[in-house]
Amino acid sequence: MSLVWALIRRDLVLSIRQGGGIGTALGFFLAVVVLLPIGLGPDQAQLQRLAPGSLWIALLLSVLLSADRIFQQDYDDGSLDIMALGPVPFEIMALAKTVAHWLSASLPLAIAAPLLGFLINLDPLALIPLAFAMALGSMTLSLLAAIGAAVTVGLRRGGLLISLLVLPLYVPVLIFGVSASTAGPDIATPSLLILAALALASLVLSPLAAAAALRSYLK
Amino acid sequence: MQYLANPARFVSLANTALPYIWTITAALFAIGLYGALVTAPADYQQGETVRIMYVHVPAAWMALFVYTVMALASAIAIVFRHPLADAAAKVAAPIGTVFCFLALVTGSLWGRPIWNTWWVWDARLTSMFVLFLLYVGYIAVWQAIDEPHRAALVARVVALVGFINVPIVKFSVDWWNSLHQPASVFRLDGPSIAPSMLWPLLVMGLAYAFLFTALQLVAMRSEIAARKLRQLRIAAIGNR
Repeated sequence: MSLVWALIRRDLVLSIRQGGGIGTALGFFLAVVVLLPIGLGPDQAQLQRLAPGSLWIALLLSVLLSADRIFQQDYDDGSLDIMALGPVPFEIMALAKTVAHWLSASLPLAIAAPLLGFLINLDPLALIPLAFAMALGSMTLSLLAAIGAAVTVGLRRGGLLISLLVLPLYVPVLIFGVSASTAGPDIATPSLLILAALALASLVLSPLAAAAALRSYLK
Repeated sequence: MQYLANPARFVSLANTALPYIWTITAALFAIGLYGALVTAPADYQQGETVRIMYVHVPAAWMALFVYTVMALASAIAIVFRHPLADAAAKVAAPIGTVFCFLALVTGSLWGRPIWNTWWVWDARLTSMFVLFLLYVGYIAVWQAIDEPHRAALVARVVALVGFINVPIVKFSVDWWNSLHQPASVFRLDGPSIAPSMLWPLLVMGLAYAFLFTALQLVAMRSEIAARKLRQLRIAAIGNR
């Protein structure tokens, strides 16, 4: 177990020291949110209607943008081969790297999103549901991005392929996420519960799929 | 199943079976189209446009069926390491993509006069579009990875991960309020469609299924030949 924590800590430290991960994602997110009112026009009512969906799309794309960081460097310098031979099961190792990506990229964005929502006239009553939904959704997004990253890790031009593979899986998360991000009397709406179900399902299935895909590159 | 693992045996069996399968396909299409265009009644609401159903619905059935075949082949490849399982999944994908595309296009053409819109992002249409993207992504994996064995290993994972969408497509009209009409044929209570419309639909479905079988066997023959060619080329390099 301490090995798993060591793995997560290693990835977090690397992402902080090297930069590029959270910086790129946050920068992209900020760019989208700032450009939205400029592009969509100053109609405040329209912006409020479109705010949850826009924030979710920005979150989705930002996580996707930073996804190839998860396994790429360790594959390139051979650390992945060493990890495959080590005492930690390969699936757990994939999960640990995904958790590190979630902590360093998805979760900060999910926390920043409701705050930046005020730039696009987000309904203050929708703030708490949006925060909850994005916290759950960010887990699913990271886990699904890990599958895409694992499938494309050995490819030279894997950029388009990772989007093509992961976006169909992202569509349910987006649909339920936006549906759960609306103001209402109840936080635990059915959409939020389905979002939680998606997070739990991908928590189990993503490490299996990612490890299987990575093994095919390590042979 | 293991009997067919020998590629040469598979090809010879396919060669003997294909003429019969093509004949049956042609016959079924003839019967089905006659039933669909001549015998079946026009709908009391939609008039003659309902006849698109006999092309649209079997195409959608086949889109789902072929993805299921792909996922099953990938699972067999993982569990039993059957030599031809990866090839079966690889060649089924383009066929399924075309069926899915046909379903989307014919559905859109049907929706214009009936729903007054070419497209709507409801549950059924969105999930079918997602299925199309999954098909294209699967084919892209085979194209992107040069070494066939490694491509097979990755493609298996992609096929199985995407399979979650197939039940979503099937039950989307039950789970969500959808513009697309609910299930009329494959329901627990039995078909709710009139028998005079049901039998041409089922015959067309069978015709599409036989068409898929024929195309699949032809494509697998090509794939086996391509593999042999690659092996011979590599051997030729070695013998130089």
